[in-house]
Amino acid sequence: MSTPVLEITGVTKSFGDRLVLDGINLAISEHEAVALIGASGSGKSTLLRCIDLLEEIDDGDIFLDGEVITDPSVKPVSVRRRLGFVFQAFNLFPHMSVLDNVTLGAVRSGTMSKREATDLGRELLDRFGLGEREADHPDQLSGGQQQRVALVRAFASKPRALLLDEVTSALDPELVGDVLEAVREMKAEGMTMIIATHEMSFAREVADQVAFLHEGRIVELGTPAKIMDSPERPETRRFLRRLLAAGRI
Amino acid sequence: MLSSVIVLGGLALLVFTSSGWPDVQETFFSPDAFRTSFPDILRAFWLDIRMFVAVEVVVLILGLVIALVRTSLSPALFPIRILAAVYCDLFRGVPVILLVYLIGFGVPALGVTGLLSEPIFLACVALSLAYSAYVAEVYRAGISSVHRTQTDSALAVGLTNFQALRHVVLPQAVRRVRPPLLNDFISLQKDVALVSVLGVQEAFRVAQIDSQSSFNYTPLIAAAILYLAVTIPMARILDHIARKEEAKT
Repeated sequence: MSTPVLEITGVTKSFGDRLVLDGINLAISEHEAVALIGASGSGKSTLLRCIDLLEEIDDGDIFLDGEVITDPSVKPVSVRRRLGFVFQAFNLFPHMSVLDNVTLGAVRSGTMSKREATDLGRELLDRFGLGEREADHPDQLSGGQQQRVALVRAFASKPRALLLDEVTSALDPELVGDVLEAVREMKAEGMTMIIATHEMSFAREVADQVAFLHEGRIVELGTPAKIMDSPERPETRRFLRRLLAAGRI
Repeated sequence: MLSSVIVLGGLALLVFTSSGWPDVQETFFSPDAFRTSFPDILRAFWLDIRMFVAVEVVVLILGLVIALVRTSLSPALFPIRILAAVYCDLFRGVPVILLVYLIGFGVPALGVTGLLSEPIFLACVALSLAYSAYVAEVYRAGISSVHRTQTDSALAVGLTNFQALRHVVLPQAVRRVRPPLLNDFISLQKDVALVSVLGVQEAFRVAQIDSQSSFNYTPLIAAAILYLAVTIPMARILDHIARKEEAKT
């Protein structure tokens, strides 16, 4: 079996006294999508932030293409340039145009010339239905459009993997579809991704594996069908039951 | 509109018909005194302008450096952070006129020569110290007002800490604090007159000498007009720029 793109071994993380990640083990192969599900506060976002080195882990290791990235000698910036991160609240740069938002990373990190980045940025914006909006500022866009720009921004750096943190949670229901469509398209292109999500039907459709997080641990891992249709653990069953009751499945 | 005309007209009537008005007119608004004193004051005002510009440049840079130190999170900078805080407390807490006195008369008392015994230079140093402390706090407020998620987002697209600050945080911070920054500009432009206490022949000082030798206060009015001739257009121009920026975003 080939080296996983991302491998997480025994990762723990606390904020003060609160243990948020409690020995996480997970491997993601090339072209694979893993959905992280679980209640708010179960550690999904923190895990993604730790992978992108936006948080320091307390223990364990994270490997990117077989290379440890959680060692103090590794420069975080070199890791982040190989990963794409999309935030729940979009976090676009409000003082820049849509196109500049998309090209900033590549231009400033020197991985592409300004022209290359602009050409690629335009092409991607076009593809994801945002070609007309390249000169606009983020606040002129709907939430769904902003999140698609954020997806394009992360995708434009040709990352080894995309980390998607609840990318539809801040959107009005009618705007969710377009954003999920964009994710679907990126997945179809073979993008490796970890998706923290509350959209169960989407997880079922796009993910190759689903990991259920509960109190900082992955208590159950398997194919979407297995986790959602015949969960083994009582915590998983309880979580799914609650979602069902809330009409979220 | 009508009410303001009535109020202003009433006030004018009150002033112009008062028994002391002819005397006031002669001592404060004498056309002859204005004509004779104005050229000297105008020449002296050129020194105010040069001092203002020089100090403003120093203040904008020094203030930013202090603000960056104060807002940095690096543990290594802790001692410098304390120094920066003390600097702000100290130089904001002392009346500017006192600072001009202390530095203007204190430093030459050390027996130094050259630039350090030059009152104009020392006055500029005093003004720079005082105003960079104010401006540092303005910048700091701006920097803290940019949400932490903007930095996360900048790091996630592969920028270094410095690039995140330079391209994402500072542009937003400076834009937000432009009005208070402008306020400090105007305030500095007037406070340049404080250097007169060191005997520097700038506009206010020259006007004062003129009025004392002629027993007529008109030269002071002439100086006031010169200050206004700079501060009012400055305020309007910056308002205009701010409005244009707003229209753009």
